[in-house]
Amino acid sequence: MESLALLLAATLNAGTVLALAGLGLLVNERAGIVNLGAEGMMLVAAIAGFATAVHTGSDVLAFAAGIGAGALMAAAFGVLVIWLNTNQYASGLALSLFGAGFSAFVGIRYTQEKLGPRPSFAIPGLADIPLVGPALFRQHPMVYLAVALTLALAWFLYRSRAGLVLRAVGESPESAHALGYPVRRLRLAAVMAGGGLCGLAGAYISVVYTPLWVEGMTAGKGWIALALTTFATWRPARVLLGAYLFGGVTMLQFHLQGEGVEIPSQVLSMLPYLATIVVLVLISRNPTWIRINMPASLGKPFFPGG
Amino acid sequence: MLKLEARPQPSQAMSVASPLIALAITVLIGIGLFVLLGKDPVRGLQVFFVEPVKSVYALSEVGVKAVPLVLIALGLAVCYRSNLWNIGAEGQYILGALAGGWVAMQATAETSRWIVLAILLAGVLGGVLWAAIVALLRDRFNTSEILVSLMLVYVAEQLLAYLVYGPWKDPQGYNFPQTITFATVTQIPRLMAGSRLNIGLLVALAAVVLSWLFLFRTYRGFQLQVGGLAPAAARYAGFSSRTALWTALLVSGGMAGLAGALEAAGPLRQLTPFVPAGYGFAAIIVAFVGRLHPVGIVFSAVLMSMFYIGGELAQSRLGLPKALTGVFQGLLLFTLLACDTLIHYRVRWKAAARPVAAPTTATATVKEA
Amino acid sequence: MNHPVSKRSLFKLAGWSSLAAAAALVGCGKKEEPPAAAPTAAAPASAPAAAEPLKAAWIYVGPVGDAGWSYAHDLGRKEVEAEFGDKVKTTIVEKVPEGADAERVIRDLAAQGNKVIFATSFGYMEPMLKVASEFPDVKFEHATGYKTAPNMRIYDAKFFEDTYLAGMIAGSMTKTNTLGFVGSFPIPEVLRNINAFTLGAQAVNPKIKTKVVWVSTWFDPPKETEAAQSLINGGADVLLQNTDSTAVLQTAEKNGKYAFGWDSDMSAFATKAHLGSAVANWGGYYKKTIKEVMDGTWKTERTVWGVKEGQNDLIKVSDAVPEDIRKKVDEIKAQMKAGTFEVFKGPVVDNTGKERLAKDATGDQDWRDKIDFYVKGVEGKIPAAK
Repeated sequence: MESLALLLAATLNAGTVLALAGLGLLVNERAGIVNLGAEGMMLVAAIAGFATAVHTGSDVLAFAAGIGAGALMAAAFGVLVIWLNTNQYASGLALSLFGAGFSAFVGIRYTQEKLGPRPSFAIPGLADIPLVGPALFRQHPMVYLAVALTLALAWFLYRSRAGLVLRAVGESPESAHALGYPVRRLRLAAVMAGGGLCGLAGAYISVVYTPLWVEGMTAGKGWIALALTTFATWRPARVLLGAYLFGGVTMLQFHLQGEGVEIPSQVLSMLPYLATIVVLVLISRNPTWIRINMPASLGKPFFPGG
Repeated sequence: MLKLEARPQPSQAMSVASPLIALAITVLIGIGLFVLLGKDPVRGLQVFFVEPVKSVYALSEVGVKAVPLVLIALGLAVCYRSNLWNIGAEGQYILGALAGGWVAMQATAETSRWIVLAILLAGVLGGVLWAAIVALLRDRFNTSEILVSLMLVYVAEQLLAYLVYGPWKDPQGYNFPQTITFATVTQIPRLMAGSRLNIGLLVALAAVVLSWLFLFRTYRGFQLQVGGLAPAAARYAGFSSRTALWTALLVSGGMAGLAGALEAAGPLRQLTPFVPAGYGFAAIIVAFVGRLHPVGIVFSAVLMSMFYIGGELAQSRLGLPKALTGVFQGLLLFTLLACDTLIHYRVRWKAAARPVAAPTTATATVKEA
Repeated sequence: MNHPVSKRSLFKLAGWSSLAAAAALVGCGKKEEPPAAAPTAAAPASAPAAAEPLKAAWIYVGPVGDAGWSYAHDLGRKEVEAEFGDKVKTTIVEKVPEGADAERVIRDLAAQGNKVIFATSFGYMEPMLKVASEFPDVKFEHATGYKTAPNMRIYDAKFFEDTYLAGMIAGSMTKTNTLGFVGSFPIPEVLRNINAFTLGAQAVNPKIKTKVVWVSTWFDPPKETEAAQSLINGGADVLLQNTDSTAVLQTAEKNGKYAFGWDSDMSAFATKAHLGSAVANWGGYYKKTIKEVMDGTWKTERTVWGVKEGQNDLIKVSDAVPEDIRKKVDEIKAQMKAGTFEVFKGPVVDNTGKERLAKDATGDQDWRDKIDFYVKGVEGKIPAAK
């Protein structure tokens, strides 16, 4: 029982990185923009956050720096794809490539820097409940923030007027334009917000999750986050669930290894990816479900007045 | 202020100039970077643009690096033109190396030289098999090919690891993760002594011609692209999107698999966990920089290889960090994408912020090419 | 993706063509030249003036700043620079993939006039062997491999000695009698370390068991974090790893458990969790090699140094470790230095109960090279083992 509770705790922590980035990409895609540059944005944000934490000692500033770095990268991408109408996939890949190189380059002098021990957190009272207490209520605040963000985003998208406009921009930019909304500026805002969230995820990795900086340290988490949005059929709550599921399967395979299960570790290492494929198949076998949820103009350029 | 204005016709001059301008901007930023790092910029440019091509041997090494990139990117171009986003070529490449490597391991001293053909064929089949999973799931369950192909890369890496650590491990290899070294007879024939360049180069060039013919001179190729551009029109014309789906994915899988087999039985000569070297991902960029055109892909693959090798040389000659290569590649791709805008738009000085004149939809779609 | 089937698309490409045309022409024009000329072309440096520094090159598999393996080798290179000053000129190439690229990098370094080249990862063995046959005047040094040539030799370290010492500390500090090991790849070197860590712990605490989690990477901090966390969740309270980042140590710190630094001094990364750092000092071997190349006494051999030669050590042992254990560790270390202590000494029984080393027999180099089992006390099965 106790090991299950601990597995749950580790799952929540591992899932939070994916959830933050996944929610950011969801905002992008709801506005009709696919950004394959998540990995690059996360890396640049990771070094920005880490460097800020080293120099100021403040985690809050570090997260802010991460958000800023992510948003700035996203802005460059946004201007290219929204105003210059460059191919979204190619531009996103360029962003990933540039981000990986650039972060490694500016990060060279930070590879031997260290952050002091991060404070631990516990919600008074709740944290002392046996079993579930440590699992659920002794997490970094970012874990709870991810949950709050999910709820907020769900409310924003489905209950607020601004969210309705954002979805309209993603569904039918032409109609939104005809109604007088500044489609391109709204899209840029969404892209930057998404980049900011990816940046927050990147900073969380380098400041809290594994408090150090090494190049390429996000190690593919950006790509997994990208998979999550489709996985979740563009619904915030499902992004969070998907992130926990992926984090859970990852932790589970390590857990099974540690318990000495006689399955080759390479086969266990395939599990998270195979699980993702299986769930994707289950979700997408009903084409109407995808069609209903997928932003209709996803990945397509928009020409005002066209 | 500066304004973009749509051209009535895509500018031919600009389509020639755009890659050159992009390269010039990258070079300028590069010079700035070199100066900033206290290095001689002339020397810096030399290691990226002169040294990798200054001798036959150096050129042949560019070829060794470019051949897999060209093969994979050609397949991806077919896919992307059909609006199918296979980004898991790396996995298909690994499966090609596994299948080709398995055949190569069966060879003995008596085996005929023709086994090379079997190795390459097995490679193609391996890649096709891995891509077929993507095609099947997309066809039957409408599952996103982007995600499935990407997830299968990780699965392929683990499969390779499992085989070289387990059933395929060299019994004489001190338990290191490696297969036996393939028998000499399986060596992909080299083109000249003293270089690692092999007939893969000829295969790649043939593939360039074939894919050009396929894309621009066959009905099937035409169908594929129409389906990619305007699915509704394709349906109206009676073109099957399912055929397009399977053709594009299997072709790109097969090409990646071929590249994998060429690499395994060419420079590598054995399977290790280090077979995946990122060619599958780099080829995505090569395909785009080459504008999804077979000839363009050749040039962009050569340029990409020069950057890789230049990155190594910049370290050993100038003591610059490896990260610089990534910065350069990213910058080049960015500037190229931005400069391509000039093919369809011109920059104008405008006194007032007037709305941009709308391009017609036709030119707008051409833009994406 | 609109692709007008026209000459225009070809015309577009002219931009690219003009760019690469020059290169292509040069290539065609030179085809008559004997191809083998290229690598040897840079050889005239063979008669150097007395003042010319000895050129030495290092190839790393990771980024220099990984704080682990590559970083430790680079510290060794810096020792060479400090020792020989103007008499050497060192070059590094980092993040070289262990495949087709390695061969080009090694060949280029040889052609550039480097007289000795150090390849610091196992995967460079075959490429280096190929290049070595082309440059008989250059000395090739390969770390952790097993193949040699007249101008290529191998060197390695006895990591199992410092992991044994770490094991002794771990065995005395654990409250759960469960140790955890984050493994990279199940190669003999790593299996030796897991076994030595367990044997060392069992020497002070017979109830020890060790749990192993494989991450299939040398370097992936988030994954190392997750693996360490799952070991801790499974009850392990002292961890060791042979992956290259500080992530495992930092995860132990966060969970209030213990762990060790690996490859280099990592004590600064975790003040409470850090019990000691199992370090490798490559500088000694590198200085010896450079000197031999300079003196012309270099010859093919296999060097495997350990605690005795100062190649391996367990440093910065934490004050949290009780005095009597520190004494015991120092005793064994002294015996290792004197060459009287063998980590693998019979009887060694594997975790299926099979005897692998008879009573009083010692595991020699060949036995250690071929190790493919877990000793008794390690849980589970080696991945993909038959």
